[in-house]
Amino acid sequence: MHSLLQKFGRLLVIWLPLGWLGIFFMLPLVEMVNVSLSEARRAVPPYNPAFQIGKDGISFQPVVDNYLLIYEYWEDYLWPAVNSVRLAFFSTLYCLLFAYPMAWWIARSNKSLQHILLVLILMPFWTSSLLRMYALIGLLNPNGVINDFLIWAGITVTPIQMMQTDFSIYSGMILTYLPLMILPLYASLVRLDNSVLEAAADLGAKNWDIFRTIILPLSMPGVIAGCLLVFIPAVGEFVIPALLGGPEQLMLGKVIWTEFFRNRDWPVAAAIAIILIAIIILPIVYARYQDKESIS
Amino acid sequence: MRSTVPLLVKLLATAGFGILYIPVMMMMIYSFNRGKLVSVWAGFSTKWYKELWYDDVLLTALYKSLLIGFSSATISTIFGLLIAIAFLRFSNFRGRLFLSLFASAPLVMPEAVTGLSMLLLFIAMEASFGWPSGRAVDTIMIAHATFGMCCAAVVIQTRLRDIDKSLEEAAKDLGGRQPFVFLSIILPLILPSIIAAWLLSFTLSFDDLVIASFVSGPGSSTLPIVIFSKIRLGVSPEINAIATLMILTISALVMIGSFLVLRRDGKK
Amino acid sequence: MTPFIRIQNISKKFGKLLAVDDVSFNLERGELFSLLGPSGCGKTTLLRMLAGFEKPSEGYIEIDGQNMANVDPADRPVNIMFQSYALFPHMSVSNNIAYGLKRASLPSDEIKARVEELLRLVHLSGMGARKPSTLSGGQRQRVALARALARRPKLLLLDEPLAALDKKLRSETQFELVNIQEQLGTTFIVVTHDQEEAMTLSTRIGVMDNGKLVQTATPNEIYEKPETRFVADFVGDISFLEATVIERTGKYWLMEAATPIYAIGSSTLTSGMKVSLAIRPEKITLTSQSTGHLNEFPVEIEDWAFYGAGTQYKVIGPDGIKLKVYQSHNQPSHANPRHLETGFVHFSPDATIILEG
Repeated sequence: MHSLLQKFGRLLVIWLPLGWLGIFFMLPLVEMVNVSLSEARRAVPPYNPAFQIGKDGISFQPVVDNYLLIYEYWEDYLWPAVNSVRLAFFSTLYCLLFAYPMAWWIARSNKSLQHILLVLILMPFWTSSLLRMYALIGLLNPNGVINDFLIWAGITVTPIQMMQTDFSIYSGMILTYLPLMILPLYASLVRLDNSVLEAAADLGAKNWDIFRTIILPLSMPGVIAGCLLVFIPAVGEFVIPALLGGPEQLMLGKVIWTEFFRNRDWPVAAAIAIILIAIIILPIVYARYQDKESIS
Repeated sequence: MRSTVPLLVKLLATAGFGILYIPVMMMMIYSFNRGKLVSVWAGFSTKWYKELWYDDVLLTALYKSLLIGFSSATISTIFGLLIAIAFLRFSNFRGRLFLSLFASAPLVMPEAVTGLSMLLLFIAMEASFGWPSGRAVDTIMIAHATFGMCCAAVVIQTRLRDIDKSLEEAAKDLGGRQPFVFLSIILPLILPSIIAAWLLSFTLSFDDLVIASFVSGPGSSTLPIVIFSKIRLGVSPEINAIATLMILTISALVMIGSFLVLRRDGKK
Repeated sequence: MTPFIRIQNISKKFGKLLAVDDVSFNLERGELFSLLGPSGCGKTTLLRMLAGFEKPSEGYIEIDGQNMANVDPADRPVNIMFQSYALFPHMSVSNNIAYGLKRASLPSDEIKARVEELLRLVHLSGMGARKPSTLSGGQRQRVALARALARRPKLLLLDEPLAALDKKLRSETQFELVNIQEQLGTTFIVVTHDQEEAMTLSTRIGVMDNGKLVQTATPNEIYEKPETRFVADFVGDISFLEATVIERTGKYWLMEAATPIYAIGSSTLTSGMKVSLAIRPEKITLTSQSTGHLNEFPVEIEDWAFYGAGTQYKVIGPDGIKLKVYQSHNQPSHANPRHLETGFVHFSPDATIILEG
């Protein structure tokens, strides 16, 4: 009797979350594939499902029109895809540039300072990205704080255009994703044994040599993890291109939004979402593959 | 030797902290600006904060956001705990692969994709068997709970993994039954991580704009949705004031949460 | 002639803590010197100053006539073998050993030849391609040694070189280390808290206590003629008797320590002086019957422990004085008093050590 109860409890522990995630996460993705293969129409809902269970039984009539449409109007759809990858890639690079020194500094600090600095890193990560992007607008606007200062200081006469440029996108991305880059870097750097660095110095290595031959290779897992953590959400970012970017900084997240809410073309929005997923899966699979390589 | 951090490293690191904090600090300062023009300082005033109290749309949205945050965070934490237990305390079970896939995929999924796919499902479900009728607080809650439980599971797993299995075995050896052992031995030990998981799920829900925008219906706008539509109209001292309040509140919660987690780590 | 290595009035302060307190000693070329002391006595700090990781607060270090004050760790003719070995986990054994040679920009075929030679020296030929994580503890220790020797340092520092090995491996490695040192003629400084290790390894030992170098001498002298109570107690087993000097009688001094005892001592002693009398356990003989020797008194046997080659006893003499006695099992006089409850002990006056103050 007792073991039966335990078995039941065990099943519950496994199947409750599995069921929830199956219904509310996996099933939506399946439905999205379904919609992306459906024909658009002017009705409610604005598509004719490819997969249907109706009076005439089960029918499945997929159409690839939506994908063809994306291909045909590649300037409207694939250009933002390329742009998403480009902006995400350089954002990742810039994040790495700032995050590595920060993580190094934190890892080399004493324990109590480390705690304070980590909380300082975590705090912006937890506060709303929307609000922080808003705060950034206040800084970058033509009549924002930076331009006011530059004009007051006599460095420029007319405001510098910073909004709706790559610069504003990168600023927003760094502001949003820097903590995600720092944390795994910190985790790999703090584990670095001080005596290993001393051993390198003892064997004749100078600062740059120690960094190149010891610190960087040993923190590589952190670098890869950090880059994935930044690149993946950055590719699909919506808020940043919506608030800080112009037409030149179009990204897929925003295109999905526009297609869905403004053009009400649900099948195309779904098809773009599928493309976005494909872009994201690539680096993950690559990282997994690298992981397996290094194990064997 | 230990303290030799090159100057360039310090400069870049300081710049990094500057990027993280200067924009928000400036915004907070300007939320006390008397004038309507954002960048012209016209004296200190708290009038924008007072005005918030009379903004019904904002207050309704705040109420909805809090409601959704509390309920979805609670569901997230319970399910996250279940996921963590399933992974770390049950060896091999059928569906392990699926659970690990399902529980990690939402973490890497772009918000726009998650939001869109859920909305499409809700619509299909409504068409098939009438539930959920329309989109409102409950659909946002479900969406947030789904995302939140994966994050909660990660947080709780990290702590649960550190707990010595022999501790549990010792308790069982002394005659404790499984559920009792869990409640009396394990739960108190992982409590800080459970609280941290709840706080994380809450803030994720409270901050979320994209998913909520997809799965919300008319009249169920959350605070970020309202703020987003206001921001599109331009920078204003009033938004500065809301944003300042929200950031301060969340920061306080984060301080408590990270204190709970880091204090534990510090002891080891 | 100036000494090969000169350490002159070195002190190191960490905040208010004086970790190393006015230490001076010299080393000749080819010596194997041990710094012996309990943990926290400052020996590792001293070693780190020699390697250049810490700057001395006062004093200076000279190696082969060159002042080390402003020389980087990277440029010193000194290498160190860390207690944790500090092998580079992402590099193969060969690359670990070659690391220091590559920094010196040696031609690659020369590096290759040197690495091979070093691998042979530490008996790891053919293991060059392995990663440190696949090696046993003893093998890692030898990689660390080879890596530290690769640049042919004038001085090699070894921080607790054997501490991470198990007991059996440790004694084997001790001899191996001495062998290599003699083969190469490199000057070694070994930091250790293990007095047995210091004894077997070194040509000379410096005992440190609380930041100070309290005695520098050969292992034999340290054991037989400790200058302070700390050294006597730290190196080997010993019993102390508190005694008062009575008078000089011929070669020996007569003392009173609950029972009259004859001891050998310097002529600086005077009547009425309070001294500590120290005696090593193996210098005491335990018998079941009185033998009429000098320095004999009855004892109660409190406890004993079997050590394989011998037995250690704890005995209580007159007035509650406590002594440790070690009886080797092949001693002819050995009376096997294991089942005794009382007996007699005696020791030669020449075996006593008098520590003043």
